[in-house]
Amino acid sequence: MGRLLRNQKVRNGLLQALYVGALGMLILAGTLIARRNLAAQGITSGFDFLFKSTGWDLNFALLPATAMDPYWWYFTVGILNTLFLGTFGLALATVVGTIVGLARTSSNDLARLLGRTYVDIFRNIPLILQVFFWYAVITHLPSPRGAQPSWGMFLTSRGLYVPAPNVGPWSLTIAVAAILAAIVLPLWIGRTARIDRPLGDRATLQLAAAAAALACAALALLAGRLPETPFLDMPALQGLNLRGGLRVPPEFSALVVAIGIYGGSYIAEIVRGGFKSVGTGQMEAAGSLGLTAWQTFTLVRLPLALRAMLPILANQYVWLMKATTMGIAVGFSDFFMIVALTINHSGQTIEAIGLLMAGFLAINLSLAFFFNRINKAIALKGNQLRG
Amino acid sequence: MTVLAPPAPTLLEDLRRRYFATPLQAAVSLFSLAVIVFLAWKILNWALLSAVFTADGGPEACHAAAGACWSVIAARWRIILFGLYPFEEQWRSALACVAVVAMTVLSCIPACWTGRRIAAIWVAGTALFYILMKGGIFGLAYIGEEQWGGLALTLFIFVTTCLIGFPLSIGLALMRRSQLPWISRTTGIIIDGVRSLPLISILFTFAIVLPFALPQWLQGDKLYRVILGSALFFSAYQAEIVRGGMQGVPKGQEEASMALGLSYWQSISRILLPQAMRNALPATINQFVISFKETSLVVIIGFFEILASGNAAYGTGEWRFAYVEVYVFIALIYFVFVFSLSRYGAFLERRMAVGER
Repeated sequence: MGRLLRNQKVRNGLLQALYVGALGMLILAGTLIARRNLAAQGITSGFDFLFKSTGWDLNFALLPATAMDPYWWYFTVGILNTLFLGTFGLALATVVGTIVGLARTSSNDLARLLGRTYVDIFRNIPLILQVFFWYAVITHLPSPRGAQPSWGMFLTSRGLYVPAPNVGPWSLTIAVAAILAAIVLPLWIGRTARIDRPLGDRATLQLAAAAAALACAALALLAGRLPETPFLDMPALQGLNLRGGLRVPPEFSALVVAIGIYGGSYIAEIVRGGFKSVGTGQMEAAGSLGLTAWQTFTLVRLPLALRAMLPILANQYVWLMKATTMGIAVGFSDFFMIVALTINHSGQTIEAIGLLMAGFLAINLSLAFFFNRINKAIALKGNQLRG
Repeated sequence: MTVLAPPAPTLLEDLRRRYFATPLQAAVSLFSLAVIVFLAWKILNWALLSAVFTADGGPEACHAAAGACWSVIAARWRIILFGLYPFEEQWRSALACVAVVAMTVLSCIPACWTGRRIAAIWVAGTALFYILMKGGIFGLAYIGEEQWGGLALTLFIFVTTCLIGFPLSIGLALMRRSQLPWISRTTGIIIDGVRSLPLISILFTFAIVLPFALPQWLQGDKLYRVILGSALFFSAYQAEIVRGGMQGVPKGQEEASMALGLSYWQSISRILLPQAMRNALPATINQFVISFKETSLVVIIGFFEILASGNAAYGTGEWRFAYVEVYVFIALIYFVFVFSLSRYGAFLERRMAVGER
């Protein structure tokens, strides 16, 4: 026996079995104890609860959801809410980050100072503090009665009231899709059109595609108009409250603003790093070829910087997506908050936590997959790559 | 032949070249200048010139003034910094915070950068903090964890997270690069799994769900479970940083140590880790900064740390309007800690880059 233990192979095998076995035992014991504890409280394990109605309401839902709806529907709505919040937050963060990042790489001292101050301030304050701050700012705005309209919008303590088109939900969806297509189609044509085609021809084709998509959007909006109503539903004061229009709840706006500003400070640093990685030789070469400053920027610096940024940017996006879970701090019904409420109301602790992990794994993996595809598509081709 | 230096440009010429070279440059300069002047004036006016500083006038004096109402801080700073800690004993809480700051400063000095010294400083500092806060010996009155709050609680969670998380991260990193496939794969799954989850969900699991899965005698206080969860999260990220540092150590180093007949532990602790930690130092400090910012998340689990005590400071009655000042005060506290740490990290990066050239 002692001799057997001195054998390297046997020892390695035993060590591995011990490690994996101990972990497995830990998980098994935890699950068994949890099942017994939950059973003592009259909770049966399993996923049957997904089909029971919840009995509580959501304060924000993109799709209709009432207390009568089952749990699985609530989880779906929660994931949609998380993605919706994430999309707006990431978009704002990207816009802010690009502007600040460009200011930080500018040759102008004053612009650099501004960019640097922005990054230093907002990067060094915890995100959740910023969420609380913007939420307090919004809920301390004047009540709907005292709010003054600006450009047809009302900024009130109950949220932001904006004009909304009086259009059926389906045609609205089609219109949004068509507008997205108007952005994507020209890009796609630019990538796939044959390289020997004259540049002017390609531009005409791109313009035509964009115009066609926009026409589709306009058509969908006109066709789906609700009869006998004005095209835009303007919010207006009626009694003590605002009627009409679309209400953006304060929780949502606070989260989007906070994620946009905080994320923007991180993305600004990524943008700066990306531009810094483009060698000065590239710019000098572009200048000596006679390219103008704008051409140098759009045709040389930006494409090269974008390639350097994208992998880091993808990580940052995943991080910001996870940061949407701050919604629970101000009461926005994102996926995590719905899971937490499910645990409170139904007691299905283990199942709900499992679903939470699966949900975030799915979101993160699909984001990573998406960015890997883009990364591969825009990577420099050929074997003459230089740093 | 003498080489003449070009004539130095006059001040006006210099300004023109730097800020008004092209119309676009001029526009950018003027716009930035306008923004800077406007913001600087607004902030100066709000924070200093028309602000109220003393609590004597009460909230009414603030309503009359146009600027910031720092009197809320003057009136409530004790609750923001110390939470529910008993009033007569708050000097202990303050002293404990000073101990943590001293410990951090000490571990930033290169002379202390041996594994043994760093460990000694951190263990001694944390023990001092714990004794000061909790009492029960040396004639100090006993004060339970449920009464801890404010800045001291934030620092306690941060320090213990690092103290548990750091050794754990080295262990995880070593196991992940282990030659034994089952160990490295399982550890990889654990690390990647933890990294793909949001921190709040892990804290939530440890605080609220874990008690179901643990026998009664193992549950402990909610505070310590949350610290464990936060340490696990920290170590998953830190393990990847340490692993990155280990990959930067040339393979020959380890082979040479094996050829010299060093045992596994000797070669890890004397050859691999010292070099790996040096490679990983900038990223490590960055991770410390991030995890300090993330301690603020425990407010969601219902702890009375600095953010929650700030909410309480303006949330009651008379000071309800003064939320901006309270948040600015807390943000300043975070800023001082985080900004100085990250500046230190940048300094280290430059200092080490000199050696690499």
